[in-house]
Amino acid sequence: MLLIHCPCCGVERPEIEFRYGGEAHIARPMQPADLDDHQWAEFLYMRTNPKGVMAERWRHVHGCGRFFNALRDTVSDRFIAVYKTGEPRPDSATASGEGAR
Amino acid sequence: MTRFSFWDLALKALNAHQDWGHQWRKPDPKPEYDVIIIGAGGHGLATAYYLACEHGITNVAVLEKGWLGGGNTGRNTTIVRSNYLWEESEALYDHAMDLWQDLSQELNYNVMYSARGVMMLAHTVHDIQVFKRHVHANRLAGVQNEWLSAEEAKEFCPPLNIGRNIRYPVLGAALQRKGGVARHDAVAWGYARGADRRGVDIIQNCAVTGIRRHADGSIAGVETSRGFIGAKKVGVVAAGHTSVVMDMAGVRMPLESNPLQALVSEPVKPCFPCVVMSNTVHAYISQSDKGELVIGAGTDQYVSYSQTGGLQITTHTVDAICELFPMFRRMRMLRNWGGIVDVTPDRSPIIGKTPVPGLYVNCGWGTGGFKATPGSGHVFAHTIARDEPHPVNAPFTLDRFRTGRLIDEAAAAAVAH
Amino acid sequence: MTLSFRTSKGGRIDRAKSVKFIFDGKTLVGQAGDTLASALLANGIHLVGRSFKYHRPRGILTAGSEEPNALVGVAKSAAAAAAGQSVPNLRATQVEIHEGMVIVSQNRWPSLGFDIGAVNDRLSPLFVAGFYYKTFMWPKSFWNRVYEPFIRAAAGLGKAPTAPDPDRYANRYAHCDVLVAGSGPAGLAAALTATRSGARVILAYEQGEPGGSLLHDVGAQIDGRPAAEWVSAVIAELAGNDRVTLLPRTTVFGYFNQNFIGLAERVTDHLADPDPSLPRERLWQVRARQVVLATGAIERPLVFPENDRPGVMMAEAGRIYANRFGVLPGRAIAVATSCDSAWRAAFDIKALGGNVVAILDMRTDVDPALKEKARAHSIRVETGCTVTGVKGTKRIEGVRLGRISGDTVSSAGSLACDCLLMSGGWTPNVSLHSQARGKLDWHADKGAFLPGDPVQAQRSAGSCRGIDGLAQVLADGARAGAEAAQAATGNAVDVPAFSASGSEVSSGWWLGAVPHDRDASRVRAFVDFQNDVTAKDVKLAVREGMHSIEHIKRYTTTGMATDQGRLSNMNALSIASTALANEIPQVGLTTFRQPYTPVTFGTLATTSRGDLFDPVRRTAIHDWAAAQGAAFEDVSLWKRAWYFPKSGEDMHAAVLRECRTVRESVGIFDASTLGKIEVVGPDAAEFLERIYTNPWKKLGIGRLRYGLMLNEAGFIMDDGVVGRIAEDRFHVTTTTGGAPRVLAHMEDYLQTEWADLKVWLTSTTEQWAVIAVQGPKAREAIAPLVDDIDLSTEAMPHMSVRQGHVMGGIPCRLFRMSFTGEAGYEINVPPSRARQVWDAVFANVERLGGCAYGTETMHVLRAEKGYIIVGQETDGTVTPDDVGMSWAIGKNKPDFVGKRSLARPDLMATGRKQLVGLLTKDGKALLEEGAQVTAEADPAPRTPALGHVTSSYMSAAAGRPIALAMIANGRARHGETLHVPMPNGAIAVEVVPPLFVDPEGSRLNA
Repeated sequence: MLLIHCPCCGVERPEIEFRYGGEAHIARPMQPADLDDHQWAEFLYMRTNPKGVMAERWRHVHGCGRFFNALRDTVSDRFIAVYKTGEPRPDSATASGEGAR
Repeated sequence: MTRFSFWDLALKALNAHQDWGHQWRKPDPKPEYDVIIIGAGGHGLATAYYLACEHGITNVAVLEKGWLGGGNTGRNTTIVRSNYLWEESEALYDHAMDLWQDLSQELNYNVMYSARGVMMLAHTVHDIQVFKRHVHANRLAGVQNEWLSAEEAKEFCPPLNIGRNIRYPVLGAALQRKGGVARHDAVAWGYARGADRRGVDIIQNCAVTGIRRHADGSIAGVETSRGFIGAKKVGVVAAGHTSVVMDMAGVRMPLESNPLQALVSEPVKPCFPCVVMSNTVHAYISQSDKGELVIGAGTDQYVSYSQTGGLQITTHTVDAICELFPMFRRMRMLRNWGGIVDVTPDRSPIIGKTPVPGLYVNCGWGTGGFKATPGSGHVFAHTIARDEPHPVNAPFTLDRFRTGRLIDEAAAAAVAH
Repeated sequence: MTLSFRTSKGGRIDRAKSVKFIFDGKTLVGQAGDTLASALLANGIHLVGRSFKYHRPRGILTAGSEEPNALVGVAKSAAAAAAGQSVPNLRATQVEIHEGMVIVSQNRWPSLGFDIGAVNDRLSPLFVAGFYYKTFMWPKSFWNRVYEPFIRAAAGLGKAPTAPDPDRYANRYAHCDVLVAGSGPAGLAAALTATRSGARVILAYEQGEPGGSLLHDVGAQIDGRPAAEWVSAVIAELAGNDRVTLLPRTTVFGYFNQNFIGLAERVTDHLADPDPSLPRERLWQVRARQVVLATGAIERPLVFPENDRPGVMMAEAGRIYANRFGVLPGRAIAVATSCDSAWRAAFDIKALGGNVVAILDMRTDVDPALKEKARAHSIRVETGCTVTGVKGTKRIEGVRLGRISGDTVSSAGSLACDCLLMSGGWTPNVSLHSQARGKLDWHADKGAFLPGDPVQAQRSAGSCRGIDGLAQVLADGARAGAEAAQAATGNAVDVPAFSASGSEVSSGWWLGAVPHDRDASRVRAFVDFQNDVTAKDVKLAVREGMHSIEHIKRYTTTGMATDQGRLSNMNALSIASTALANEIPQVGLTTFRQPYTPVTFGTLATTSRGDLFDPVRRTAIHDWAAAQGAAFEDVSLWKRAWYFPKSGEDMHAAVLRECRTVRESVGIFDASTLGKIEVVGPDAAEFLERIYTNPWKKLGIGRLRYGLMLNEAGFIMDDGVVGRIAEDRFHVTTTTGGAPRVLAHMEDYLQTEWADLKVWLTSTTEQWAVIAVQGPKAREAIAPLVDDIDLSTEAMPHMSVRQGHVMGGIPCRLFRMSFTGEAGYEINVPPSRARQVWDAVFANVERLGGCAYGTETMHVLRAEKGYIIVGQETDGTVTPDDVGMSWAIGKNKPDFVGKRSLARPDLMATGRKQLVGLLTKDGKALLEEGAQVTAEADPAPRTPALGHVTSSYMSAAAGRPIALAMIANGRARHGETLHVPMPNGAIAVEVVPPLFVDPEGSRLNA
């Protein structure tokens, strides 16, 4: 069971308090109608699914209820950084936030 | 080629089994192949086998970064069934089911396909509606599936607890009698041996590091840990690693890779006659020929390539097993392991061409790929050989995510595979 | 039989306290403190079980949890055994005996001494590795009917329990600074050091008594006192510290991400008459800041012909039985070794009065000091000598000796003995390090894989990382404890120094098959004892092209037995590497997986059984419904009243009556399970505008609207009625099962896509109980109870909501709405007052000739009106247009969730399945939900169906069965005759609009 640092609560909590939200930084297009079917499918379904560092969303559903983002290595399952929704993706090479513990 | 038989075994026993040859060679890669298959799991090896024996394409290499059959093929709970809902899925999985019937004889390798029946439990009124829909749809499609009352389910599987005293009592079940299990390693080895004997090079410990394309965008070959290998066509059958491999060709995939765990108990004398699945309470169980209870768990929620998962996933499944089969509470978990399953948004696989000419993909089998192994390889070989899909896999395109023509087994069935 | 194998003194057993137990029907006597293995040995019994494949007689090989042979079925008492509550496959070496325990040997029939299955051993020339892949294929039908049942019956070990488990299991979560696994010298030194630094420590150890090797290292001294006394002092100090948790009989079985550790504590199995308040076992789930692994090393068997015969035992095990349990494993004991440590066993046994007939060491350059000591003990010593076979089957009678000269071995006669202690050296126990994803480094000089750099916050200490010698192990443990405590607490930690004498550094080891002079085709040297894998099997696998160690493992099954290869892996690897002419690290090591040793299912399931399996949600009205005799159905976590049978009524009759009553007078229904979300804020209307297909901005305050929600893929996800309570406040309802999903969906968009919207979402599902009152007399039923709301249709028309009070001040939100087609109300009140209101309303309902109804009647009534149920008419592939709800789409909205997807080609294609009604032509047959609908009565095989029946009920109002269905191009088929093929013939149906009652909707406004 993962141990996840919630950047909104400022605490580490076990994974069962959280719900995974999939890949981060896939913004819903401002004008969906302007997208052709290929572009829309790209938004809806296509995922990076990286082997290595991944930016992903979590929701502290049994805590503060907030969505936030994390950088995690999908090979080791180690968290590299956590950051709030809306904040830019940290540089994974230099990230050493509390989520990195 | 040595043909396996009892007499052959007896004969070789006379010389202390010194005369057995290798089941597959250990070839060095040639500079170029007609077809390269990336991934020597069951699906990839089956593809190579059918390319060779049904399409006469023998200048084929199967590249494997580890050891053949070492991914999900060797890590699943070996369930075989075909009672899916949608016509497209019925056709695909029943195609595989047809091939399972004679697979041992076809491969001259005992894959121990054991048609002991797969029973899927209904615990709610909604489950009943869904399963009956399956039963009716399957009957029209010629796919075996029947509805059992709770009492009939218990008769078929005596250890089953159909008492009302559990949280989600068993209200009935859908049974596919010719569903069952097969020996997963033997499937990989049988196809490997069969493909090898027909000239296919199975190259293990050979990781693909890049996909090279011609100026016109078509496939030129693959970069590997053993150097560049040219290919006219490349089929990607890399399961959990599909996104990684396809990324080398610049193709994004509608996939997420999740850990999926399974476990076995210590071996005991026969005590469990069939396969039982329950999606509502998350339990999948059968007993191997060796005597171990083989139990499948659910996926962890996050993307991971680690082949390990959380303890809470295991305990949740064991909770369910102990509710349904309370005598197993004193049994003990011997071994737990994880695989990496590639899951599509509609929980159906993708088998077909890609935007890159000469590049084909077979992926997205999620938690249920083992059962499809023969059919998957058979139709994928057809797709690669003819550059057009077999009618059975024609609906399972990558393009369906653009058109919206999904084959949503998860939504429709509320049943994991 | 008397306990003639007991030493006259020594050991840690209670010689004053005898314990009677039953083994294969025979009553035997041991002493308190015995394991089953030591008690059997004390009775002169070595033969304890039969092997998996060849059914060879097998004895006790080890003294620990790695035991592969001596697996038994154990019941607490004769009564438990008779009740089918035994546990199979327990290691006799781990079972602590208690009075009345009933033990059976396994995998033999009819008896341990005479086993029919042993014919397999005669057929062993055929039954080599992988034989079953090559045969049993003809004739085809024989696999399922003949071969497989035969193989299954022959395989397996013990028998599964047959009766439900009466025992309880418990669950604990814990945190600590330092978790120490293992209580040998390294573990104790680590725990002591960490504890003295102020760290919170958990010390878990596998056996009932802490101390590990110190319990049988009889000559050892630590800090000036005997080792066992030192252990007691350390444990006393730890036990006296409230920051320390001591966990005896506890296995650290799993090492998970971020130092999440699973432990299994065996609480009562060792007790004859445990306190009934105690659980049988307890699962501990610990998040440890730091972990110290002090799991020791495991002695490795020598792979020589017939090395599996009862009487052959690991050397250290022999020493343990002698020193710790006061049992001599034989009357004439030989020792075969390539390692110094086995000499200790010989010396200790000799010192206890045992008869050590010889020490046979494969090496020629044995430490002269050892030879000198042997001479002093008058023990014959042969160096450059190996064992090439044994005599005897159910118990050894002697061993063949071989003289090693270079690569060849020549016969050196034989030696009579009834016990052979063997040692190929030690395999550091790196399982948990490896489980923690730490890499392993090959050390050719030690012939061992040792822990590399850890990945997680853990470190190994003592012999599990190749440290040898008591003083060195203690120092290493102290170092590890100090490092762990410092890392966990940040405190500087003093590293204590221990003065110790005892086990010296032991040199020498052997890996792989031992050379011999026998006919290789006729003898078998076992690598994996339990699974009957021989050195020849490993070589055969290599010959057949299995070049990866994982292939070798799977092909031969070596390492897949219940000891998980703890004894066999290194020997198998060495044999494979020789056969492959490749270095050991290149051949690779199979992966270590959890659990470390088997864990009881009940321990994993802990308390999750019955009602605790999943939370049960009950409404405020639940007890009332139960008292009325309602049948309940499970809907997500909720228990919902399904129908209310009166005496003599079946479900069918009850539902018909309830339906008729609602349409004729009035019914009362508990709708509390519906999800409720309060959507508040200046942008609330804009938010709903984007989330639902419908328009919301113009909805008046006090008005209701049916809302339809899509997922982004354009498919119907949920629905429900939404009321505008104020300009900036909406009362949203969802389906019962969909509530959490809908809230998460809303939060997702609100937090991550439209963070600029000022909206707050609150789940109010548990804040409002909902009493639905439906039927022509609904107003009459509630009017007397409503304090301050004008119920007239003029003041409160259909689809409106009012806030007010009922029954003299109980706050309520009163919805005028209908899911039945009748005029109706839904009274939302606080759950604490709901029962009071319900009782009052019900009294009125009953007086008006009405009744309570359940979910089934609700389903029928809505189906008569063609209202869909999300999840029944829809299945995640259905669009609004498919169910005839294009009207619910706000035509002028630029965007809403799912809108873009509705414009995808397949979602706009013709021929999609559409919601219709079906009436059976004969007016009598009730269609089965899920039945398929076809154009032909007898369609050709594999003809795609046109669709399926989604809902089907006997309708009291229509006076006939009715059904809803999703049919391809259905709306264009009204009036067509289609067919529902059933196993016993097709049922003809007419396609009709999905509306069977009150098409004008006049009743709603009554």
